[in-house]
Amino acid sequence: MAIVSRGFFGRRGEGDVKLPPGQYLTHDFPVLSAGPTPRIGLDRWEFTIDTELGETHRWSWADLMALPSETPTLDLHCVTKWSKLGTGWQGVSLDVLMEDVETAAEYALAYSYGGYTTNLPLEDLLDGKAWVAYKYDGDDLTPPHGGPARLLVPHLYLWKSAKWVRGIRLMNEDWPGFWETAGYHNYGDPWLEQRYQGD
Amino acid sequence: MRRLPWRVAELVEVRHETTTARTLVFEVPGWPGHLAGQHVDVRLTAPDGYSTQRSYSVAAPEQGERVELTVELVRDGEVSPYLTEILEIGDQVEIRGPVGGWFVWRPERVAPVLLVAGGSGMVPLMAMIRARREAGSSAPFRLIYSVREPDQRFYLDELASPDPGLDVAYIFTRKTPDGWARPPGRIMPPDLAGASTDIDSFVCGPTGFVEAAADQLIALGHAAERIRTERFGPTGG
Repeated sequence: MAIVSRGFFGRRGEGDVKLPPGQYLTHDFPVLSAGPTPRIGLDRWEFTIDTELGETHRWSWADLMALPSETPTLDLHCVTKWSKLGTGWQGVSLDVLMEDVETAAEYALAYSYGGYTTNLPLEDLLDGKAWVAYKYDGDDLTPPHGGPARLLVPHLYLWKSAKWVRGIRLMNEDWPGFWETAGYHNYGDPWLEQRYQGD
Repeated sequence: MRRLPWRVAELVEVRHETTTARTLVFEVPGWPGHLAGQHVDVRLTAPDGYSTQRSYSVAAPEQGERVELTVELVRDGEVSPYLTEILEIGDQVEIRGPVGGWFVWRPERVAPVLLVAGGSGMVPLMAMIRARREAGSSAPFRLIYSVREPDQRFYLDELASPDPGLDVAYIFTRKTPDGWARPPGRIMPPDLAGASTDIDSFVCGPTGFVEAAADQLIALGHAAERIRTERFGPTGG
């Protein structure tokens, strides 16, 4: 049972909105990252999927633009406690990118320009649950928010939605990423409040 | 691995930093200790069971079961008005942590350090400055601390006291003290230029500030992998 803080009554405000435990609602779009924002020219941008058998699938920016895109409206939940609801994106579903990829791998490691990594089970990237997104709110995704393209996996805390995504490595074994080796939860389900290791 | 537990934290000391910010010292029985630069989660619970959480950087290195935070009032915030204006000595909140294993400075590290603070982004950097002093470290530290106006500086007296090997420079973006040579304005490459780029940098502040400072360090030849950043949005109070 939590202790009550004397004199604290809180602000319920938008009461009919259901948020994951411990989250609060924000209407702006905070930025979080561990280092400088990388800048990647579209002429040298590429996205790759490497399989556990050593096969590599590669897309240039033009290749990505030529793929069918979706425009999902998504709720975002950041481990630093803010949630932002109903955000509009455009991107390519991972189901499309994985269509011709032959794999029996169970795990994925997303990696980014700038060196960031994050791990998740491959099934969390499939069946309409993840996108490589390049437009936010109708505009090109800006570098501080992960542009030119970022991964979006909105059912997990936002650190799993790797900004400046460069590729996904498919593996038979789980390989903890950047925050996952720095004390954060390996899976990161906001509805189970899996913020830190042991949660 | 064991879950980080919520611990009861009792306010034992208050220090006023500015008209809108104060340092809160909590006694937290069972506190496991922390590194300079880490943060904690603070949870407030109302009588009807409603509760909310926020993250705050710790302002001082490990000191037994004491955890020291400096909180700036965010006018339309939900938590910071309570922490800065209502919480009194003897009152209790809950704290969970420490959290974050990246934006930290360890006393055994001897490389020179550049600290770049924007506004209340000074808090985790102060923990590093204090950790250096307590450890008797000889790692050269340089602090560049940007605030809007002179009276918005945290830890002013402490930063003015002699601390060999620590170099402190202020940037005022709106209003300077009388006779100040640098005109008011946002951080620029000359503010960050120095003799060497062979240093570890820690940059903390609002997003726009961190973006600008980190970009300028890159342009000055600093390696991206030696620049660690911590950003906070305009909300979060």
